Amino acid sequence: MTGEGILLDVADLRARYPVRRSIADRLARRPRHWVRAVDGVSFSLRRGEMVALVGESGCGKTTTAQTILRMVESAGGTITVDGQDITALSQRRLRPLRRGIQMVYQDPYESLDPRFRVRQTVAEPLLVHGLGATRRERDELVAGALERAGLAPAGLYLDRYPHELSGGQRQRVAIAAALALDPVLLLADEPVSMLDVSVRAGVLALLDGLRRDGRLGVLMITHDLSTAAHFADRIAVMYLGRIVEYGPARQVINDPQHPYTKALLSVVPDRDPRRRKTAQILSGETPNPVAIPTGCRFRPRCPIAEDRCAETDPHLKLARGAHPEPHEVACILA
Amino acid sequence: MSLLEVRDLNVWFGLPGGGELHAVQGVGFDLDAGERFGLVGESGCGKTTSILAMMGLLPPNASVAGEVSLAGTNILAGGEDSVRPHRWTDIAMVFQGAMNALNPVRTVLSQIAEPIVLHGGSSAVAARKRAGELLELVGIPASSGSRYPHEFSGGMRQRAAIAMALACEPKVLLADEPTTALDVMVQAQILDLLVGLSDEFGLALMLVTHDLPVVAQVCQRAAVMYAGEIVETGTTDALFHYTRHPYTRLLFAATPDLYGTGAVASIPGAPPRLDEPVVGCPFLPRCDSVVERCERERPLLRLVGAVDGATAAHAVACHRDDAGGAGGAGGTQ
Amino acid sequence: MSAVATEPGLTGTVSRARAGLIRQALMERKAAALGLGIIAFFVILAIAAPLIAPYSTTARTCAVFAPPSASHWFGCDDGGIDMLSEIISGGRISLIIGFAATLIAMLIGGGVGIASGYFGRWLDITLMRITDYLLVIPDLAFAMVIADVWGPSLSHVIGVIAILEWATTARIIRAQVMSVKERVYIKRARSIGASHARIIGRHILPQVGPLLMANTVLTVAVAIYLETALAFLGLEDPTTTTWGTILEHAFDRAAVSAGAWWAIVPDGLVITLLIMGCFLLGQAIEDALNPRLKVAHLSSRRWALRPLAGRGPGAI
Repeated sequence: MTGEGILLDVADLRARYPVRRSIADRLARRPRHWVRAVDGVSFSLRRGEMVALVGESGCGKTTTAQTILRMVESAGGTITVDGQDITALSQRRLRPLRRGIQMVYQDPYESLDPRFRVRQTVAEPLLVHGLGATRRERDELVAGALERAGLAPAGLYLDRYPHELSGGQRQRVAIAAALALDPVLLLADEPVSMLDVSVRAGVLALLDGLRRDGRLGVLMITHDLSTAAHFADRIAVMYLGRIVEYGPARQVINDPQHPYTKALLSVVPDRDPRRRKTAQILSGETPNPVAIPTGCRFRPRCPIAEDRCAETDPHLKLARGAHPEPHEVACILA
Repeated sequence: MSLLEVRDLNVWFGLPGGGELHAVQGVGFDLDAGERFGLVGESGCGKTTSILAMMGLLPPNASVAGEVSLAGTNILAGGEDSVRPHRWTDIAMVFQGAMNALNPVRTVLSQIAEPIVLHGGSSAVAARKRAGELLELVGIPASSGSRYPHEFSGGMRQRAAIAMALACEPKVLLADEPTTALDVMVQAQILDLLVGLSDEFGLALMLVTHDLPVVAQVCQRAAVMYAGEIVETGTTDALFHYTRHPYTRLLFAATPDLYGTGAVASIPGAPPRLDEPVVGCPFLPRCDSVVERCERERPLLRLVGAVDGATAAHAVACHRDDAGGAGGAGGTQ
Repeated sequence: MSAVATEPGLTGTVSRARAGLIRQALMERKAAALGLGIIAFFVILAIAAPLIAPYSTTARTCAVFAPPSASHWFGCDDGGIDMLSEIISGGRISLIIGFAATLIAMLIGGGVGIASGYFGRWLDITLMRITDYLLVIPDLAFAMVIADVWGPSLSHVIGVIAILEWATTARIIRAQVMSVKERVYIKRARSIGASHARIIGRHILPQVGPLLMANTVLTVAVAIYLETALAFLGLEDPTTTTWGTILEHAFDRAAVSAGAWWAIVPDGLVITLLIMGCFLLGQAIEDALNPRLKVAHLSSRRWALRPLAGRGPGAI
């Protein structure tokens, strides 16, 4: 679905990892198994929008982000950024386009080189892409990026080492390094899960503000539905490599259509002790993506599964019933 | 007299270059059988150090003062020697990252049986049988006990860690961030298990975590820690609906709510250094409702009157309450 | 944009990088300083050898196997040559051999280790098989064969030692590179589009540097030892004076039966001393690199109990 202002369009994206075979397996010529980490994912993102990819561990949300970034090779589907298909571009042709797509990682304590000062970390992308011909120009760009990331006055931070900064500040440095190239698409992989609660809102507000001023779009990967509910425009709920529900954030939270989403929402604890809800605790854990169940992949744990759910592998379709905005769900019973 | 009474617990850590870090500053609370108590705070507030002190598991550069009484006896009185007989048999702990602390080269069953043999002196056979029962209790089939930790999922390993903690039938279980690294669905399963254990066996549970909503849903009472001390304590209901301390209020405000539409706000600044004595209130630099007294005098934890149905003791360490009477903003939007 | 309030701890002054590990090792461990001192002593001695050596190493200046005396501190060898001068001059050659061989070994080993660890897959497999081969071959047997084939000149000795030593370094560096490669900041650099050269040069090499340093120092020790061994087995040019050839001459010309301990012991002592110095320094750097070696939890000391002091009336 390409159109005006579509920044990122992902269509039927697939990515997989091979399972290592033992010598015995190779000799017996047993077929190779694949971990289908991303198994047909489609969604889009506009400039100025924040879409949240939500799910539990193993659902493929991080792999999706890495595939969009082309750090993991896709095994099918297309990735279109700003109208350009980047799915099959060689690494060399991709390099100049990398400027436009930047990622912020989960661990602020590991994503900065401990031997680089803040100035060097933020300037590195500029050096790699040849921006800022003189040291002075680069310094200006670095200071600008730091201030855009909320670290003002920049002069206070330029010569610091990561170990002198708090977790929140480190994450802002990482964001500044991502902003230095003035990207159009920002991928944020669990940007606050390793930060203290009192610091999270600030960094999330920063990401929120960055996309609101219209220059870029943010794809946020998170396992925290509350965060997604508060900051994202749209939420895509993932399970075992597929998006099972996709719609406006408020709608998905208040009127979930997929049984997995409903169960997930029911077990998120409420901060108000008086608000109790019936928790729908699913039995067992998410199956290994090596052995994805046939038919609907959620069927073994689904509280409302019927026999016919074993026959079809549902794709995203518009949910039944009246909804203010389009709300898609991958369930034949919804 | 409560099952567990902690009074004026203090912990200091000797620093390599000289000087001391006052990590825990006069912490106290009560815990009864079957009760679930939450100890809430962010990194560095001293919550983990507090429960390690209760178990006598601090490193050699630590010094401890205060009382930790189990059924009336102060187990801290004689140092390590008086704590050791009670460790694991009366008071046990599930450590942070316990799921990663299982020995990779021993079967899960043998690791659960180990404390039974060490503390109870029962035979290896009886211990293994008991270990099997414990696995069933936490929701793992006993036959899986012969597997190794790397064959277990994260949630199962956490259950195994809980089974290990229950091995000697303690009366008090201290759980340090038991669900922090787990998915929300698995978290629900583990919390459900812990609630069931406390209801069914009268296990007194102390839940240490930074996750406010978890405490709100699982615990009856809670204490909020900041810079080594308790700044507010009471029923979870009172903490949310009759919040007194600005830090508690701001912490709730910083926690996004699934259905709420109010703004989520950070608390600017950072906690104070604990290797220097603090003049006045330690929360002063970050507080949004400072009065003149806050700069001079450090607030002590004081009882505040029961308000509209809150029955258990509600205490706050804040000057505002003394001055205002009605206390801070009740509840959050 | 939302500004972040200045936090306590961010003082006006800017700190240096956490004290370099090598500096840290030297400051904390006396053994390291001692080791460095010993090495420095011998290096200075070697550089100043032509100026310090009291007598010639070729001309006869005393009686055969003359015992130590005021004019000849370490006595003389079978050719009437002053032992002290021999040791000083010999040290110069030995150190040159040791350092040169180590340098070559480090360059090859470091290069192979980095290439292998960073690029992985087929390059890694191929290089590691070559390394395995060299690690498995018995050192001295290999050295003897090579020396026999190439001939006993100084540069050949350096070459032999370098060939024997690079494999161990390659393995150690490879392991370190493989673990550093997985760190998030490396992945971030890749995702920005940084070239391999940039990542290796600016991110990986600085991380690997201290380990390489420690390894270099330890390899010098082994190189000195190997030089001694090779000389002793008669695989070195007998006309040059090195610590090894001194020992070789002594045994060859019946110093033992003549009771001339001064022809053997001082020489053996300086070799031992230098090797020990290298080990002290190298181990200290390695220890500084490995915080997990700290063993505080095994200490028998316990946490201490302090008398209870209340905080005032009304405090709960």
